[in-house]
Amino acid sequence: MTEETANQGETGILTDAERRLAAVEKHVAAVYGKVLLKHEIALGELCFTVRRDALRDLINFLKTDDKCACQQLSNLSGADYPDRAERFDIVYNLLSLTHNHRIRVIVMVGENETVDSVTDLYQGAGWYEREVWDLYGVPFKNHPDMRRILTDYGFEGHPLRKDFPLTGFVEIRYDEEKQRIVQEPVELTQDYRNFDFISPWEGMTTVQLPGDEKAVKQKVGAK
Amino acid sequence: MTTDIVPEKKNTYTINLGPQHPAAHGVLRLILEMDGEVIERADPHIGLLHRGTEKLIENKTYLQAIPYFDRLDYVGTMNQEHAFALAVEKLLRIEAPLRAQYIRVLFAELGRLLNHVLSITTGVLDIGGITPALWGFEERERMMEFYERVCGARLHANYFRPGGVHQDLPDGLLEDMAKFVENFKKFIDDTETLLTENRIFKQRLVDVGIVTKQEALDWSFSGPMLRASGVAWDLRKSQPYDVYDQMEFDVPVGTTGDCYARYLVRMEEMRQSCRIMEQAIAQMPEGLVLADDHKISPPRRADMKNSMEALIHHFKLYTEGYHVPAGETYSVVEAPKGEFGVYLVSDGSNKPYRCHIRAPGFAHLQGLDFMSRGHMLADVVAIIGSLDIVFGEIDR
Repeated sequence: MTEETANQGETGILTDAERRLAAVEKHVAAVYGKVLLKHEIALGELCFTVRRDALRDLINFLKTDDKCACQQLSNLSGADYPDRAERFDIVYNLLSLTHNHRIRVIVMVGENETVDSVTDLYQGAGWYEREVWDLYGVPFKNHPDMRRILTDYGFEGHPLRKDFPLTGFVEIRYDEEKQRIVQEPVELTQDYRNFDFISPWEGMTTVQLPGDEKAVKQKVGAK
Repeated sequence: MTTDIVPEKKNTYTINLGPQHPAAHGVLRLILEMDGEVIERADPHIGLLHRGTEKLIENKTYLQAIPYFDRLDYVGTMNQEHAFALAVEKLLRIEAPLRAQYIRVLFAELGRLLNHVLSITTGVLDIGGITPALWGFEERERMMEFYERVCGARLHANYFRPGGVHQDLPDGLLEDMAKFVENFKKFIDDTETLLTENRIFKQRLVDVGIVTKQEALDWSFSGPMLRASGVAWDLRKSQPYDVYDQMEFDVPVGTTGDCYARYLVRMEEMRQSCRIMEQAIAQMPEGLVLADDHKISPPRRADMKNSMEALIHHFKLYTEGYHVPAGETYSVVEAPKGEFGVYLVSDGSNKPYRCHIRAPGFAHLQGLDFMSRGHMLADVVAIIGSLDIVFGEIDR
């Protein structure tokens, strides 16, 4: 989505809202151009990807600057891209009630690295950051109360990571003999079925289906 | 505090409220630090209803993800589907046909009524009034019948689709809904005579759990919680989706930011919802209810009997589903409880890569600590009632 066309919207005609967003984008890029890794308006939404060390600066700017004036943090979430060196995205969705626009800020962070907390800028970030810590295992520096939030007491692992299986590792049940809840490894009578929907008719070139290797071998032999 | 004053040793103790408590509106566990009868600190423990919805959605096709949205805030279910449908539509770059948009607005407002009736009446129940709950649940039953007639389910509708709604309205539904709205106004009036000027009710709510304008913004509050604190902000007005820009309605705004203001705002919102529903019923256009693109919406049953292509489309849509172009969006709706958002990331496959659900109640419950400090234990119950929390959406 880095091509120029993505910035033009689908029709190539900018609406009023998009024009105003483009002005905000320009305004922020003029000040923070050096620390922005990427900035774009895609699908009518303004998004900044920022260097991790400049995150708090940028968010503070977006909050206090007159042209941005994002009074509220609507949402904070994580996303996991395990193939990347810095595998996690932390996504901040900011909302300006006075200018009626939303700005998205993305910061990338690797495993065993921390992100600066924004709880002193937006108090409401507290639980959202706890949620990201809980589900992705990204700790936030200077967070007042970095506990897990959604998972069970004593839960291990970070379930929204892509390498965490959907079925989890342990299941719990009430043990009649011990008179308490016990944890046991998950036992499924049927394996979780995950179909890939790859079709041999639709340009499948990089995937091998069972039996394909024979064709390759023959080719090698014929040579 | 200067050092030579020896701080008085406070005799605080900790009590545990919940996770099973009728006033906790679900599975809320509250650790309360009390000084006598006064709350020093409230620490909500959530997640007891955590089902990993977001993880599950990542492993399902876009169509299979919709029912999960019913199971978030299970009080006004279609509003959540709305947010997801809008997000997927944005990524697919399609728009629902006009009739579908009207139907969605109509049922989103019905969802708002469903929610506010439950929220207000159970809130009253918590502080000792039983009658409104009895009346309210009767009305809710009527509303859920409309849900049932349009989609077959009373609660977990699974009715909105990216590109429209699943099926057209059955005959006679609009007339019955118009009649219902007419009668429902009477219910609002009756409830108001019972509550609004009720001395006991006001004693429990006025000046309890005050949220200032600045606090409401800082703590990510939205919906009635934000409006009751004096911020005129409604996504249906400011960032209209579907046909809300065609509708005439007012946004009630409170002044005091206490529990009573939140009650008043919700009450007035129900009247405004009735107005919107009346307009939607009167203006309901004819036409398609689902985008006319069989790469996204399934073909009609009758077509499948005759057309080979329709049959293939049907098979492909219900096994593989459709592929959504890569991209990301944060789409929001004004759900009854506040801003319900879906941050959806697509990698071009048939399953969402990431779907974060922004539930309004999550932010509101976070504010319980600062709202209840200095109040009595019984006030916490009133505050929880006015927060309008449902654990399906908070714990996800």
